[in-house]
Amino acid sequence: MVHGEAWTLKEFFVYPNEYIYWTIQIVMYPFMTGLVAGAFVLSSLYHVFGIKQLKDIARFSLVFSFALLPVAMIPLQLHLQHPERGIEVMLTPHFTSAIAAFGIAFSTYGMIVASELWFVYRRHFVETALALKVKRGKSLLDKARYLLFSLLTLGAWDISEHALEKDEKAVKIMATVGIPVACLLHGYAGFIFGSVKANALWTTPLMPFIFICSAVVSGIALCVLCYIVTMEIRKLLAAWRRKRYPDLPTPEEIKSVEMYEVTMTAKYLVLALCAALGLELLDLLFRDYAKFRSWEIVRTLIYGRDFVNVFIVQYGLGNLLPMALFLLPRLTMKRAAFATILVLMGVFMMRWNLVIGGQAFSASFAGFMHYDLPVIPHDMETFKEGLLGALLVGITPFVLFWGLNKIFPVFKCEDSH
Amino acid sequence: MNRRDFLKNSITVIAGLAVPLSALELINPRKLLAKKEGESAVRWAFLVDTQACVGCGFCVKACKTENEIPHETNITRTWVERYVITKKGKTYIDSPRGARDGFTSDRIDLNEEGHLEITGDDIEKAFFVPKLCNQCDNPACAQVCPVGATYQTSDGVVLVDRKHCIGCGYCIMACPYAVRSFHPVHKTAEKCTFCYHRITKGMKTACVDACPFGARRIGNLRDPDDPVTKTIMSGRIGVLKEEYGTKPQVYYLALSREVK
Repeated sequence: MVHGEAWTLKEFFVYPNEYIYWTIQIVMYPFMTGLVAGAFVLSSLYHVFGIKQLKDIARFSLVFSFALLPVAMIPLQLHLQHPERGIEVMLTPHFTSAIAAFGIAFSTYGMIVASELWFVYRRHFVETALALKVKRGKSLLDKARYLLFSLLTLGAWDISEHALEKDEKAVKIMATVGIPVACLLHGYAGFIFGSVKANALWTTPLMPFIFICSAVVSGIALCVLCYIVTMEIRKLLAAWRRKRYPDLPTPEEIKSVEMYEVTMTAKYLVLALCAALGLELLDLLFRDYAKFRSWEIVRTLIYGRDFVNVFIVQYGLGNLLPMALFLLPRLTMKRAAFATILVLMGVFMMRWNLVIGGQAFSASFAGFMHYDLPVIPHDMETFKEGLLGALLVGITPFVLFWGLNKIFPVFKCEDSH
Repeated sequence: MNRRDFLKNSITVIAGLAVPLSALELINPRKLLAKKEGESAVRWAFLVDTQACVGCGFCVKACKTENEIPHETNITRTWVERYVITKKGKTYIDSPRGARDGFTSDRIDLNEEGHLEITGDDIEKAFFVPKLCNQCDNPACAQVCPVGATYQTSDGVVLVDRKHCIGCGYCIMACPYAVRSFHPVHKTAEKCTFCYHRITKGMKTACVDACPFGARRIGNLRDPDDPVTKTIMSGRIGVLKEEYGTKPQVYYLALSREVK
């Protein structure tokens, strides 16, 4: 069986070599990259533009962006037919290809996020290491932690007022440089699709901008959702712990902080959502008006076969409904959480309708292909490019975030900033 | 470290990094070759006579055998399409298994939609169109390969380096003619090479040799005395999907407007 045959159903005339070659992993790739870029932009709102109200969520989203970073690469690696040669993109890049610069864009961005994170948490590293140093009767775990945090300081032990001020400056610079690089990273993912002239649905110069806007939307939505979930857990823990330590914040105090952060962030989310929706509708309007040769089959696809996916699920439930939920007065925590889930689903559907939808019609414009998502895998290929492979990619950032939170505590410490 | 030292060191590091990057540019083999030899004396081109093709599928079978594409797999380097245009102006196209076994049934294969019977009285015209890689002068597939595993030879043929291809499928997406696929055994991008291993030794391609009706011919565009070149230059010929700007080098005699 050739690659793609296991999940492709053909209708009418499709060229013999045509199959759905780019599957759910390629849907996950822009989705995950979008989350990375969006989370970073959210954290930068505080660091660069000094939007003080976002202080709490900024640190959260920075760590989350870092946790998402390695995951953005996994789907690409999983979809390669020769994953062992994946590194060649960095070693022997062929610069006429839009994909060739991926390694450069990705590692530049990775370094920026890592260094910003280091500057934000340097004080914490030094303080933890120093506290562990003087501790008597260290257990093996304490010794390991001491070594880890000493290494993380990279030899910079100075936490005087002056040094911390310098850290703060560095964070600001990194966050400022990071915004265009994050946009570049994701706009570039859009360019990879937008520049494929052979694909009637993908080819549009608007694609990088559509990708950037939807990235910001999804990144903010995920951060808000995770923030709400963690805060709810903290509230429960606070109520329980306060019985022993009465000086801890009360659940009511946490709730007021939470409400404030979420309402503020929701405003930026709605703005980004409007921009994304506007660009997508402009693209659709242009295609409908210009009526290129490919329009006939694209129209059959969008208005006919994929109508539910595009207009009901993506635009309706994924964009308009959450927008209304956010804009209605007296936003509650439950409503915000529900709306962010809808937004995330909407952005995922946008990627799905683009990647799978783009391959749903033949290059002959005379036939269609249907992607039959493998749910229960029967070999490695149907695992990687099926539901389980996608879930694996979806879960990984949360596991990483949990691990990273042990080193970069999101809520407890006072950062250098 | 003071600021001056920091800046000095940074410049040294950047300069050091720039050296290997500029070396990449210096040893561009194509540029070197071009300077040494000038324009190649050969530019392979293909000529298809759609009026001569009867859809026997010998070419497809021969190609699969010659190029070691497993006989039972549903990908193929070359294939034949059948066009049936009814009196009402509707166009039906099919190519069951790439026409590996020829067109043995009158019924049109609509894949998941089943088969369609069209009676002879309803048919306005019907014909066969062989397809293969267009070996474009401006190949989108070679442009988009992120590692340079797909490349164009000086005599115009686009090839794939199976030892270097990472299998990302970007070339498959970029080809407007859908001639590319993944090889079921090697798991690398697969395409027609005009039987490069044969034509560079003075032989014809396997499909040209297998065609009993002379519907397929290969020639050298740089040789004005080549009969194929003469037909391409003086005949009324067409190419496929010119609008993509790929400059295809497979030329068709009597190309009908219905051909996709």
